[in-house]
Amino acid sequence: MPVRRSRLNFVNLFLWVLGGSILALAAFGAFLTIQQGRLSGDQWQTLIIAGIALGSVYALIALGYTLVYGILFMINFAHGEVFMWGAFTAYFAATALNDAGMMASNPILAFVLVLATAMLVSMLVAVMLERIAYRPLRGAPRLVPLITAIGASLVLQYTARGFYGSGVRAYPDFTLFDGSIELGPVGMTVKQFVVIASAITIMVLLYLFINNTRTGRAMRAVSEDKDVAAMMGINVDRIIVTTFAIGGLLAGAAGILYTLLFNQVHFFMGFLPGIKAFTAAVLGGIGNVIGAALGGLALGILESLGPNLLLTGYGIPAPNQLKDVIAFSVLVLVLIFRPAGFLGRKENV
Amino acid sequence: MQKYTRWSAILVVLMLALAACQSGSGSSGDPVTSADPVTSADPVTSADPGESMGTGTGSAADCDADEFGCIELAEGDPLVIGTALVISGANETLGTDSQIGTEVARQFRPKIADHEVEFDHQDDECGPEGGTAAARALVSTENIAAVIGTSCSGAGVPAAEITSAEGILMVSPSNTAPSLTAEDTHEPFYARTAHNDEIQGAAMAQFVCEELGLTTAATIDDGSPYADQLAAVFARQFEEQCDGTITAEEAVSEGQTDFSGVLENIAADAPEFLYFPIFVAEGALITQQAKATAGLDDTILGGADGYFTPDWLDAAGEDAEGHYLSGPDLDFAGDFYADEFLPAYRDIGGLDEPVSVFHAHAYDAYNMIAEAIEEVAFTDGGTTYIPRTALRDAFFATSGYEGITGSLTCNETGDCADARISVSQVTSGAFERIWPDE
Repeated sequence: MPVRRSRLNFVNLFLWVLGGSILALAAFGAFLTIQQGRLSGDQWQTLIIAGIALGSVYALIALGYTLVYGILFMINFAHGEVFMWGAFTAYFAATALNDAGMMASNPILAFVLVLATAMLVSMLVAVMLERIAYRPLRGAPRLVPLITAIGASLVLQYTARGFYGSGVRAYPDFTLFDGSIELGPVGMTVKQFVVIASAITIMVLLYLFINNTRTGRAMRAVSEDKDVAAMMGINVDRIIVTTFAIGGLLAGAAGILYTLLFNQVHFFMGFLPGIKAFTAAVLGGIGNVIGAALGGLALGILESLGPNLLLTGYGIPAPNQLKDVIAFSVLVLVLIFRPAGFLGRKENV
Repeated sequence: MQKYTRWSAILVVLMLALAACQSGSGSSGDPVTSADPVTSADPVTSADPGESMGTGTGSAADCDADEFGCIELAEGDPLVIGTALVISGANETLGTDSQIGTEVARQFRPKIADHEVEFDHQDDECGPEGGTAAARALVSTENIAAVIGTSCSGAGVPAAEITSAEGILMVSPSNTAPSLTAEDTHEPFYARTAHNDEIQGAAMAQFVCEELGLTTAATIDDGSPYADQLAAVFARQFEEQCDGTITAEEAVSEGQTDFSGVLENIAADAPEFLYFPIFVAEGALITQQAKATAGLDDTILGGADGYFTPDWLDAAGEDAEGHYLSGPDLDFAGDFYADEFLPAYRDIGGLDEPVSVFHAHAYDAYNMIAEAIEEVAFTDGGTTYIPRTALRDAFFATSGYEGITGSLTCNETGDCADARISVSQVTSGAFERIWPDE
């Protein structure tokens, strides 16, 4: 069908021109900003570090989305609430330990305890979510679990609201992580360092787990083809539960790292990071584990660097209010030019 | 196939994003109303129950003449006053505080025009969606007499439009955005007992340059009408009144948690003062993150009544120390506030201390509405009639009304406050009023 093909090419051409000019505008904006020299090198560095810290939290949540998508081809929209429950648990654990004086006397153990409880509770929430909201609908059309996901998300949110109220709660301070450190020429706060280091450690562990263990291999097999995997003697249900459990553990860790950075918990706090992490997962190529990690980092850096770098040069007032606009514009552009994301694997359905 | 799933997923994300804006709709809690009237003590109550009937005279024909008709109450019917205050979410203390203020007012004055007062509490959620929903719910309540609300100016803008279209008097105890009572944008049935931020912004600018002696400042708002306009008034006054320099006027968005971009950009000019009159959650985060920003070490931080609440103190923790906050002056003349109002507030709210600063304004709003209703209400065959336009006119004609917050006189665009602004500083984890001197 030659006619149709040429029209498609025209559309493609238009899209490429559009994309090209947006990129050129962004590059020119960055050039103008740097020429203005308003922010110093140290400040840019601070912004990048802040972006990496936030991005690594996004990455941890995004991994949960991507793992589940890889296996079930469904978007677990309640994942942001799993994250929120982790943060709330961390809040209560930390407050309890703080009141008991343990955070003063034995801060490292206290932190590990808080991390462990938060991750466990998130894992439980994720597993129950799978058991109650998703498993009964395993054979249903794809939109059905998507809708239950939204329902489950509201249930989790308002359960938290019912238990803990709708106000913002401040997190007790881990004095252990006060201050800042220098890593060679790069300075950052200890909190940022802890967040980045923990996130990277967890992601490396996850990568090793998926590639080097029996369960990991089984997970990959199930994601390739459930039926054949079942025929090979893999208990598919167990693998799916394991996947949700891992996603929950990661979200719990993300919850405590996020509160470590921002010091607040709130029953609605899972929504925005959840959406951002989903964006990150799509950016990197949903279903792709490394893609989710990279997508999260990219989104974090883009958000913190983007407005100041790309918009200040044009003299746009209050550029930072537009940071979500930049993040989501990038998502749209990526979806147009690389529908499968940066590292997306070939679609096989 | 998978492609469509993805697009539909994105669609769902968008839908979620929309839904998110309407989050946290609240059931209308009605905290403790075992009205135990303490009539004799209140200076404002027209105690004599036998005689408190409306002084207005008229007939059913007046109701036909009134563009919006009458509120009609059969004998024994309750008189319903709606409230639209933020009673859920991060800013719940702001609205809860005002709501308790109205409950206290009812305790002292349980009947208006011989009808028991009943509240219909709605949640304005501190935003336009909540304000719209609350106002729609209230205007569809049959025979609603008046509305006390909203808490947040962002909710007030659509709510004022909706109530005014139905001819329902709406009096806000805590909206402060100038546009609500500005000549061009004022809605005819909207009035407020809170100060106008033209006054608060000017007072803060004066405090910063005269009292603190600072010459450079930056502002951050969150895009809400309240923060946007207050920051702008402050910036303008700071430049005009004292020849100060505004180094940056930045903005953030609601729900944002990482403010490094904004703060680094502001730190580039190292202003002496950073003013962010926003709300609780973001206010606490900016307070903490500004303290941790390298270029802002010597910058003094300040905000306004949007986060003048213990919740913010909790959330900001030690970083709140030294913070300056402007707000209505609660150092009221007379003993009524301390001796009568506060005990009742503690009793009804189950709280030790007020959780925000607009409870007295809510109390005054209730009583001014009561006065206006009793002025225009008339009975005909046992039914009480309250013509709506006349009620509005009577309210707007209020002059020299002696309330807790001062002597209130309404102007033609609904500004009724006896506006007095004070500045407090956070000292040892508590708000301490420091300016102006008594």
